[in-house]
Amino acid sequence: MESAVKERKPKSDAARRGATAEEMSARQKEVSVSEFFVKNRHLLGFDNPRKALLTTVKEAVDNSLDACEEGGILPDIAVVIEDLDPKRPATAKSSRYRVTVIDNGPGIVRKQVENIFGRLLYGSKFHRLKMSRGQQGIGISAAGMNGLITTGRPMVIHTKPSQKQPAHLIELAMNTKTNRAEVTLDKETKDFPPERFRSLSAGTKQLSQEGVFLSPAAFPTGTSVSIELDGKYQKGRGSVDEFLELTAIANPHARIVFVPPSRITQDEADDLLPGTSSAAAEEGKSAAPAQTSETGGVVVFPRGVQELPPETKEIQPHPKGIELGILLQMIKDYEASEKGSLYEFLQERFCRVSPATASKFCGAIGVTSRTKCADIEPPQVERLFKVFEEEKLAPPPTDCLAPIGVRQLLAGMLKGVKAEFYAASTRDAAVYRGRPFQIEAAIAFGGDLPGDQPARVIRFANRVPLLFQQSACSSFKAVEETPWKNYAMQQPRGSLPVGPLVVMIHMASVWVPFTSESKEAIADYDEIRKEMKLALMECGRKLGTYLRKRQKMRRESERRDVFERYIGEISKALNAITGEDAKRIYGALLEQARRKTAVADQELDEDGKVRRQEEADSDDEGVIIVESAIPRLEAAAPVSAPVFEEPVRKPAPEAKPAGPAIRTKKDIDAGKPGSRPAKPSKKGFEDDDPRLF
Amino acid sequence: MAKKSSSKAERDAKTQAKIEALAGDIVKRALSGRDPAVEIPTRTKSNTIWNKKRGILEMGDGTAERPLFDLKTAKQFMQTMLHASTIQDLIAAGKTSSLRGVFYKAKHTVAGTKENTFDTQDESDPILEDLEVLLAALREELHIFAENRGAMVGNITIVDKGDEIDCRRMGSGGYAMPSIVEPDIIQFKKSEAKFVLHVEKGTVWNRFNEDRFWEKHNCILTHGAGQPPRGCRRLLQRLHQELKLPIICVLDNDPWGHYIYSVIKQGSISLAFESSRLAIPEAKFLGIRAKDYRQCGLDEAVKIDLTDNDIKRAKEIAAYPWFEGHKGWQKEIDAMLSNGFKMEVESLITKDISYVSETYVPERLKAKDWLE
Repeated sequence: MESAVKERKPKSDAARRGATAEEMSARQKEVSVSEFFVKNRHLLGFDNPRKALLTTVKEAVDNSLDACEEGGILPDIAVVIEDLDPKRPATAKSSRYRVTVIDNGPGIVRKQVENIFGRLLYGSKFHRLKMSRGQQGIGISAAGMNGLITTGRPMVIHTKPSQKQPAHLIELAMNTKTNRAEVTLDKETKDFPPERFRSLSAGTKQLSQEGVFLSPAAFPTGTSVSIELDGKYQKGRGSVDEFLELTAIANPHARIVFVPPSRITQDEADDLLPGTSSAAAEEGKSAAPAQTSETGGVVVFPRGVQELPPETKEIQPHPKGIELGILLQMIKDYEASEKGSLYEFLQERFCRVSPATASKFCGAIGVTSRTKCADIEPPQVERLFKVFEEEKLAPPPTDCLAPIGVRQLLAGMLKGVKAEFYAASTRDAAVYRGRPFQIEAAIAFGGDLPGDQPARVIRFANRVPLLFQQSACSSFKAVEETPWKNYAMQQPRGSLPVGPLVVMIHMASVWVPFTSESKEAIADYDEIRKEMKLALMECGRKLGTYLRKRQKMRRESERRDVFERYIGEISKALNAITGEDAKRIYGALLEQARRKTAVADQELDEDGKVRRQEEADSDDEGVIIVESAIPRLEAAAPVSAPVFEEPVRKPAPEAKPAGPAIRTKKDIDAGKPGSRPAKPSKKGFEDDDPRLF
Repeated sequence: MAKKSSSKAERDAKTQAKIEALAGDIVKRALSGRDPAVEIPTRTKSNTIWNKKRGILEMGDGTAERPLFDLKTAKQFMQTMLHASTIQDLIAAGKTSSLRGVFYKAKHTVAGTKENTFDTQDESDPILEDLEVLLAALREELHIFAENRGAMVGNITIVDKGDEIDCRRMGSGGYAMPSIVEPDIIQFKKSEAKFVLHVEKGTVWNRFNEDRFWEKHNCILTHGAGQPPRGCRRLLQRLHQELKLPIICVLDNDPWGHYIYSVIKQGSISLAFESSRLAIPEAKFLGIRAKDYRQCGLDEAVKIDLTDNDIKRAKEIAAYPWFEGHKGWQKEIDAMLSNGFKMEVESLITKDISYVSETYVPERLKAKDWLE
């Protein structure tokens, strides 16, 4: 049947298709990487004007933080977004913005500027196994390219690599055909950090006068990048604001000043995701770190700690998890460059391979320690690969990783999320595909967080917030797979837990496997997801313990209220029958009631005040409880609530009045206003206790 | 007379001493740091013993602890103490109060709360019964009475609190039986009656009274307004024991009627501690019988279908130890179940308005056709 159809085809058609190899080769030519990305901007995170603006900020900030840390400088970063078309009609879907990110990093030497900003896939980070924010060397040049395509304006770069020399001012545009930058302006300038930003708005003027915004003293060296682009500024989920907030959470050592545009695109509401509209924006606001300040619209995220994260080392791959093809290639490369023995190769090109281990490996595949790499046959490499798998090796060194750390995680969460309970855990380093990585998790529960919605998951990779493609991310799946029900949370089958919960996951690695170049989601490796789940379970157990304890205390406190309520009546009745002093009976019974429900008191003594991470024990546990954030318990203790609406009941004389902001656990559990005595009085009641007389 | 009041004063003093001992024990426990609790004999089926020899139900010695410091019993503990105090007040003042009166006396808002000590009388009454068993005192010894319920007419003259009452001259209403009928209050003065006919409810009693049944048959006629209250049962027992009158019951042919008979005969579970004062093991069940539908040739219309609940209840009653070995009762209940319907005493009216008083009961009495 098929051949019949073919036969009936007219000859001319076949002739038209019959291109020769030569003809075809004439059309075949190299596609420049930049050209490829012009057509595939979405892969890099420039899908729409809103995201383009965010990605531009993100790439520049990531670069700045990396540069500062590598230069051993505490980062001081200014992010300025200028609205270049403030008179546009209110219905405009986008506008032209200029994004400028200024850092106090070590600067860039003049001859490297074109390479760094003008070429895709050029950078210091791609070829090494070292933990850093950027990886491929795509980001900032892609952002510049996007700006060029949407506005035709070149990137403007100020860079000052030396304290004594003037800064360079360079304008460059990328030639998408050649993957090379074309410089349109190149001069020296003393204007660094650029003066004009200081007088941009009332807020910047005020901060500049106070010397806390772009003061030349704070920027002896550094780099400033300006990119004009077609974008859209909007608050809420996936906004520049959220990104900077989260960045501040994960980078407590950085100081970030954000100057938002004077005008916000008016059609905010239409464009927000359904259900996230103003509530999301509101939440974003309330979630801002407590110490964050705002001056005339300028947001300052202050520096939380004065130490840089420990410097991370570059490492060699680990034998575990390396792939056979890569092993073959590595041997071939070594053979070409070093002409050494397998014994040397194993020690030099891998981590955790000691001379003894190397000899063992050589022995296992039947070669001596002097056998040259050139003489190793592919089947032997395959055997070596198997030996790698079987051999027990120490995990890769972790000094190549700089986890945020439990203490900092808690500090960051405490700053960024208003809740009553915080827990954090840092896992030991693990390995996927021969690359060490380390997972950290933190959770915040209760407080002002909405109780009827799925938990919010905030994700970080090497301290960079991941804002999009949540459901594609390994961390998201890990949150879904964690058995939250075991930790006294609700969780619909196979989905996020529901309740007042924020879950934070951080992956630190020398190479974070992203699902795409726009670096929005972590690829789903079993090893990674397993570690994430374990970290979450550690936090979850702490939460479960806390919630169960809270529940128990609430029950105890309810019990106590019931007992205490009846004791007065009983004392009066017994007094009427026996003539025994009612106060004496009351006191004795009250003491018994308190002893019976002592749990409520114990907790009160231990946790009756805000516990900060400065306390040694809370750090050990990786837990912070903020009593003041525990909400008044609406329906928790309906029976006991009426007791205290009665104004007649006075606190015991020797009881200390509880502070207004911090309520005692007993009060909290029983849903009482904060005026109850914090501790039971020894006498237990006053002479004019209405229950008696 | 003087002797009586002194014995009453003695009894009151005894009761007061019991209450003081109870409260004193709680105070002692409280002051010495021990758990305040009261040990209450349980009034449940599991703690009820069928005394086959005496033919009555008796309370076992099972008790339940009612501690203050237990969420389940804290409130009941408080209520027990409140009622103990209320009763103490009543005795001290030499007054009696109705169950409802005691409920109101102890009902108030717990200081500093919006909670009531008692919400309904249903909460209060069982606490008083608890106190009866706890103090091993009769209700009248606690100075508490229930509403008058049930009526009596017939060939008897009694003295009630010193007033002579001729039950032959009670008109259509009859003598209302008080809840406390102990010998110090009611004495039997003169009686010619040969037996007592006890019917289930007032409507049937009216029929017999209007037809002057008690006059014709020389008897006493009583009803207990359904499940007879303690006063009614106590009076029946006294008539039976002191005047040696047989007690003959005319009740509905349904599980409820059977149960009423069972209560009159051997006592109830909740008042098992009072059985020796209340139960009449020789009481007789004259009717209505399951066989009567056919035997009396009753109309189809009198049938009332047994509900599922009725069937369940009937089987429970059949399994009572005091019915279990009784062939006559097993047969009677089986007959009702196989009929599949129940009948009220009033169903006999379908034959004739006075069929029950002029034909049915006299014939059965003559034939001594009853269940025991």
